[in-house]
Amino acid sequence: MSADKNDHSPDTHEADHLGHEAHNHGSFKSYMIGFVLSVILTAIPFALVMTGVLPTQATALIVMGFAVVQIVVHMIYFLHMNSKSEGGWIMLALIFTIIVVVIALSGSLWVMYHLDTNMMPTMHDMTNMGG
Amino acid sequence: MSATATATEIDPTVFHLEEEPHHEEGSSTMLGFWLYLMSDCLIFAMLFAVFGVLGGNYAAGPGPRELFDLELVAINTAMLLFSSITYGFAMLAMDKNNQRQTLIWLAVTGLFGLAFLGIELYEFAHLIHEGATPQRSAFLSAFFTLVGTHGLHVTFGIIWLVTLMVQVSMKGLIPANKRRLMCLSMFWHFLDVIWIGVFTFVYLLSMLR
Repeated sequence: MSADKNDHSPDTHEADHLGHEAHNHGSFKSYMIGFVLSVILTAIPFALVMTGVLPTQATALIVMGFAVVQIVVHMIYFLHMNSKSEGGWIMLALIFTIIVVVIALSGSLWVMYHLDTNMMPTMHDMTNMGG
Repeated sequence: MSATATATEIDPTVFHLEEEPHHEEGSSTMLGFWLYLMSDCLIFAMLFAVFGVLGGNYAAGPGPRELFDLELVAINTAMLLFSSITYGFAMLAMDKNNQRQTLIWLAVTGLFGLAFLGIELYEFAHLIHEGATPQRSAFLSAFFTLVGTHGLHVTFGIIWLVTLMVQVSMKGLIPANKRRLMCLSMFWHFLDVIWIGVFTFVYLLSMLR
C-alpha cells in the first residue's frame, strides 16, 4: 500500500507522511503497555474511594491526578498521538481545544462558585442549600 | 482570442497552478475526523462544566452517596477498557490484512460495548425506579445529560461498528474500509478518554463531596 503511494506521489514529504501514517497503529506491545497502565490507573482511584483509607482532600487530589495521567496514557498508547502526526496539525488542534476547555471549565466553575456564595443569603428557598 | 492561435501559443500569464496539487484520496480524512472529535470534546467539556456547577444542588433529594454503586461503575469501566484493547487488536489484525481476525475482534469489541450500554441502562433504570429521575434535582439533570450523552455516543459507535463489519465482510480490507476503521478507532478510544473524565468527576469525586 505505501510502496504504491510512493510511486505515484512526486512529493516526497507527502509520501513520507503517508508511509508514516501506515505504520502508526501501534504494536501489540504498545497496546498492552497502555492497557496495563490504564488498569492500574483506574483500579487505584476506585480502591481509594471505595475503602476511604486516605483523608478526603488527599483522595480527591490523587484521583484527579491519576485521571490526567490516564488520559495522557490513552492519547499516547491508544490514539497513537505524537507531535508529528498529520504534520503537527493534530497536536495543534488538540492544544487549541485544551486551551478552550480549560478557559471554559475554570471560568464557569469560578464565576458560578462566586455567584452561588454571593447570592445565597438572599435566597428565599433555603432548602436548596443542601450540599 | 484569435481562432488561429495554435496549441503551442499559450498565454504565459497563468493564474492557476499548472499542475493540480496531488491529493491522495482520503489523505486528509484523519485530520478532519480529529477536528470533529475536538468539537465533540467541547460538547463534553460544556456538560462537565454544567455538572461541575450544578453537581451539588440536590434539591433535598438523593445525593451521590445514596444513588451510586461504585462496584457497578467499576465493572462498566472495565467493559469499556476491554473494548478499547480489543479494538486495538482489531487494528493490529487489519495491519496484517487478516480479515477474519479483524472481524472477530470487532465483534468482541461490539459485545463489550453492548455490555457497557446494558449496565448503564440498568443503572439508569434503577435510579429512575428509586425516584431519582432527571427532573428530581439539578444534580440529577446534569448527571443524566452528561452520562446519557456519552452513552448515546457509545450507541452510535456500536451502530457504526456493525456497519463497518458488514462493509468489511462484503468488500474486504480495501483502503477505504481501512480508513473507516481507523476513524472508528479514534472515535472509540476518544469515548474511553471521555469516560475517564466521567468516572473520575461524576462518580468518584461526587462520592467525596
